[in-house]
Amino acid sequence: MQFESTTTLETAEPMVTPLHAAPLLRRKRTKESIITMVLFLAAFSSVLVTAGIVGTLLVESLTFFQHIRLVDFFTDTQWTPLFSDPHYGILPLVSGTLVTTCVALAVSIPMGTAIAIFLSEYASKKWRETLKPILELLSAVPTVVYGYFALLFVSPLMQKIFPEMGMFNMLSAGIVMGIMIVPYVGSLSEDAMRAVPISLREGSYAMGSTRLQTALRVVFPSALSGISAAYVLALSRAVGETMIVAVAAGMQPNLTWNPTEPASTLTAYIVQVSLGDVPHGSIGYQTIFAAGLTLFVMTFSFNLVSFWLRRRYRQAY
Amino acid sequence: MHPSTNPLKARVQNVNFFYGTNHVVKNVSMDIEQNKITALIGPSGCGKTTLLRCFNRMHDLTPATRYEGAITLYPDNTNLIGTSVDPIEIRMRVGMVFQKPNPFPKSIFENVVYGLRVRGEKNRALLEEQAEKALRGSALWNEVKDRLGKPAYDLSGGQQQRLCIARALAVEPEILLFDEPTSALDPIATRAIEELVAEIKQRVTILIVTHNMQQAQRISDSTAFMYLGNLIEFARTEDLFHRPQNKLTADYVSGQFG
Repeated sequence: MQFESTTTLETAEPMVTPLHAAPLLRRKRTKESIITMVLFLAAFSSVLVTAGIVGTLLVESLTFFQHIRLVDFFTDTQWTPLFSDPHYGILPLVSGTLVTTCVALAVSIPMGTAIAIFLSEYASKKWRETLKPILELLSAVPTVVYGYFALLFVSPLMQKIFPEMGMFNMLSAGIVMGIMIVPYVGSLSEDAMRAVPISLREGSYAMGSTRLQTALRVVFPSALSGISAAYVLALSRAVGETMIVAVAAGMQPNLTWNPTEPASTLTAYIVQVSLGDVPHGSIGYQTIFAAGLTLFVMTFSFNLVSFWLRRRYRQAY
Repeated sequence: MHPSTNPLKARVQNVNFFYGTNHVVKNVSMDIEQNKITALIGPSGCGKTTLLRCFNRMHDLTPATRYEGAITLYPDNTNLIGTSVDPIEIRMRVGMVFQKPNPFPKSIFENVVYGLRVRGEKNRALLEEQAEKALRGSALWNEVKDRLGKPAYDLSGGQQQRLCIARALAVEPEILLFDEPTSALDPIATRAIEELVAEIKQRVTILIVTHNMQQAQRISDSTAFMYLGNLIEFARTEDLFHRPQNKLTADYVSGQFG
């Protein structure tokens, strides 16, 4: 029945619609418009959710900024909202976030890129099909496990190199966060490199290049748009990562660029306050929205940069 | 296998080539004359491109391939398909231009000097000199001399193909392989490439695979007709097209199959 109606319509529509087809046509149009509506609502709901989140952040932060001056927020070097002498300078949390992120990227970008080059340019099909799933398994490890791995394994190991360093420090948290991100960087970069047409590789080999020269001078630059997108994704993951830093970096806001020191990050602070017994509606409670908004602005601007990079380096082969 | 009076650049002797168990090139022998254009023609799947790719060992990039026989490069008698010979060294001496223009996503200048760069050349003045020479050699210099720093993808298809020829010429190869270099180009660009190929044979020995029999007649000195992996007939181009000795060749060049 269904099939018949469509065929009739498709052949009938370009010509004058026969009288008996008119009800069918109307039914089809109603059905079509319902489907369109449902699909539109599905798409629109994601916009709504995003707008809702941003709206909540803005409104709650607004209450916060009615009590705290923006200048203090950005210049005060202490973040102690829950002390009897409260300071509301976001910088210590931002520095903690940036330091752990930089350590994570210093681990994940070289490792991930090397893995991608190996998988895409050197590994045989069999090796690639074995290694890639194992690599992707790394991202299935719960972050809380990574957190304790940082605290109980990596930290003692790092203390052998930096004997002065305490158990809680940004270095170990950052390193383990980097390990967690390696699969993303590796897998996405590999996809980008494998999408480079074989004709470019052949062109390079035909000029007498070695495998490494082909990988570094032709394949890597050709895939740069996809690879930079992978790097930015890694950056966003690192900035937004919560559990590892909450467990292993030591939750004390600390304005420092030294990774061997303990510090809190924007995310770790939010967890700390959310889990604590700060009364709703107090300034202390509102701080998590201010921290959340800062975090949002940071990741949002990274995404903008990534969007720009992708456009800038897109290659039409 | 016509007797040659001209000096030889290479001699193909009993070459067989296998993809796994698939016997693609069967016992081919032929002489490649120096500074001449040798065309390889034949229907799709006849092994002409496969034979061409033996000359610069492109098959080494594919697993489970095997060469037999010898392709001797003169004057130093290097066997191009010898297992002890480094394919990278071969590719430095035998250049290749592909079916579809494949410039790298770099500037025009960087494309031309790519071969010199992978050989470790860093002297800027020398790179510029070689780039100009190669671009003049591929009749592209006047069109691009003011925008050497611009991306190669800004060029038209025909210009991109001439850029690929310049890239191959910049390292001064002894043999240049062309794998249907005009099949992706329009008639005007095709003509420019054909004129260019005819001209650069002063400097380099040329092997060209082509689907286009008119093209083979227009530019080549000798032509080899291949069918199902066998070399059926190899003669002066003039003779092969007008006085073919073999029935298959006669049928193919008169357009009765292919």
